[in-house]
Amino acid sequence: MLDAPGKALIEVSGLKMYFPITAGVFRKHVGDVKAVDNVSFTIYEGETLGLVGESGCGKSTCGRAILRLYEPTAGAVRIDSKDVLAADADTLREMRPKMQMVFQDPQASLNPRMTVAAIIGEPLDEHTSLSKKDKLARIYELMDQVGLNRDFANRYPHEFSGGQRQRIGIARALALNPKFIVCDEPIAALDVSIQAQVVNLLEELQDRLGLTYLFISHDLSMVRHIADRVAVMYLGQIIELAPRDPLYVEPLHPYTQALLSAVPEPDPEAEKTRRRIILKGDVPSPANPPKGCNFCTRCPKVMEICRQTEPTFHEVQPGRFVACHLYQETAD
Amino acid sequence: MTETDKASAAAQPSGASLSYRPPRSQWWDVWDQFKTHKGALIGLTIFVLILAAIVIGPMLWTIEPTYVDLRARNKGFSMAHPFGTDQLGRDILARMMAGGKVSISVGMTAMALSILLGTTIGVLAGYFKHLEGPLMRMTDLFLALPLLPLLLLMVTLFRDPLSKSFGPEGGIFLLIVSAIGATSWMQTARIVRGEVLGLKEREFVLAARSIGTPSRRMITRHILPNVLSPIMVSATLGIASAIITESALSFLGLGFPPDFPTWGRLLFDAVDQMQLYPSRVILPGVAISLTVLSVNYIGDGLRDALDPRIRGR
Repeated sequence: MLDAPGKALIEVSGLKMYFPITAGVFRKHVGDVKAVDNVSFTIYEGETLGLVGESGCGKSTCGRAILRLYEPTAGAVRIDSKDVLAADADTLREMRPKMQMVFQDPQASLNPRMTVAAIIGEPLDEHTSLSKKDKLARIYELMDQVGLNRDFANRYPHEFSGGQRQRIGIARALALNPKFIVCDEPIAALDVSIQAQVVNLLEELQDRLGLTYLFISHDLSMVRHIADRVAVMYLGQIIELAPRDPLYVEPLHPYTQALLSAVPEPDPEAEKTRRRIILKGDVPSPANPPKGCNFCTRCPKVMEICRQTEPTFHEVQPGRFVACHLYQETAD
Repeated sequence: MTETDKASAAAQPSGASLSYRPPRSQWWDVWDQFKTHKGALIGLTIFVLILAAIVIGPMLWTIEPTYVDLRARNKGFSMAHPFGTDQLGRDILARMMAGGKVSISVGMTAMALSILLGTTIGVLAGYFKHLEGPLMRMTDLFLALPLLPLLLLMVTLFRDPLSKSFGPEGGIFLLIVSAIGATSWMQTARIVRGEVLGLKEREFVLAARSIGTPSRRMITRHILPNVLSPIMVSATLGIASAIITESALSFLGLGFPPDFPTWGRLLFDAVDQMQLYPSRVILPGVAISLTVLSVNYIGDGLRDALDPRIRGR
């Protein structure tokens, strides 16, 4: 936030996640899919950073690389000034309780052969040595926190609705009192009425437990609702990072402008006058991004320099970062 | 969920009750579901009866299975010999009971060995990427081996040393079980590896990784329970093929000594006089089929009972 940027909890610098492309009999390395390409940002304690972008732009990969569910190619991620990416297996295991994840598909993220109690209890088994009774008490406490009936403890994931399953996933993420939770499109697989419930639950838990979220979504209005700051990703790079209100009122990057123009207005009068910026063409392949600015192939305001040199990601106004040549002069 | 559970859940309005059922052991749910599978129950009953017959039977029916009574050759069913006698006058009932003991223990042990090998290799190959190449090539190598000559070689090489150290029967038993086990795990390994490869990419495995679950518990907690169904299927089929392989080996003179009864041996001994004495073929054949069928049904019921998605219904 602009007024009170608290202590930095998560610092991501120069994060790169390349997936190798191999070809031929000998599996020769012929290139990389640059799913996340040189991403840097900071998340302050207690805030929610929204990460938006279209499908396939690397949002989820970014979230997973931060938690080191993938082994990133380069870069550093520090949580509480401790480097996650450099940690060895044991240190990493000790750091796991601090950072947790809520997954996109609540059906797939719960083991179908475990009961709710076993699913929520798994982190406790791994990181604590509670007695059976204490563990059960903690599981019930967590179920209360996320609004699940205690009587459900013996049931299996397939017996629940999508929203309830997501609550189980949230309870599991909360079990070890984490500081930081990556919410990887937690509402994308739910229908609209349930989305609101889950988002409200996440907000309520944030207030109560002082959590920090990285909220990955492609739902711009939901991000507007929950996030304090918003980062916009395009083809593996963050192209704009700004506090929520300025970003939604006056987007700087042409891609953000196009993205926000696609959000429907609830007011029919305003909807009539809404002017959509329609982008032409397709997203280039992340295996072969264009020279210069990643967005230069589709940008309505493209200039000659955009095709030649890559814009740097820099602060153009206090707290607002943009990677675009349109704003390069003001910074230089 | 049992009827009583349902009734108690209906009786208590949700949330109002203060005493919650503590998480009960999943094996009770498994048993509850298993009980509803009629085929599995019948299979279990038949299997228990066969086991009882081969374990308790010889204590009650005390004729030696190898006792030759040349005056009573080729007798039909009678009080003295309920299943008749064979061409040497040996009592077929006694031979069936003694043969069942060997056949079932060979079948079970060989199956257990091959499942153990196949599952271990399949899980390791599927889960650890760097092991996949060597392990699966080894599986292919075993698949490409001509099994019968290999078994021949194993038997001729190891029969005598093993007989010396474990006694003639124990030695041959060990030899046959390990020979069958070591040459029949490949299918299981391939199936399990395929399943594990798919499971590994599921989000709940990723979720467990984000918790920090180490690989060994990841395998025992998340991977193995979810590959149980294919393992169960190949296990039940494995018993059948192990019994058959054992009889084929006995037929070739590579298994147990000729006078030592097994179901497979009885079957093959009777084949040349099948038209004269069909009952001698039918009896061991029915015994093998019943065992295999009942084990298949038990496996089927167990697989359903172990899957919570089916269990609810």
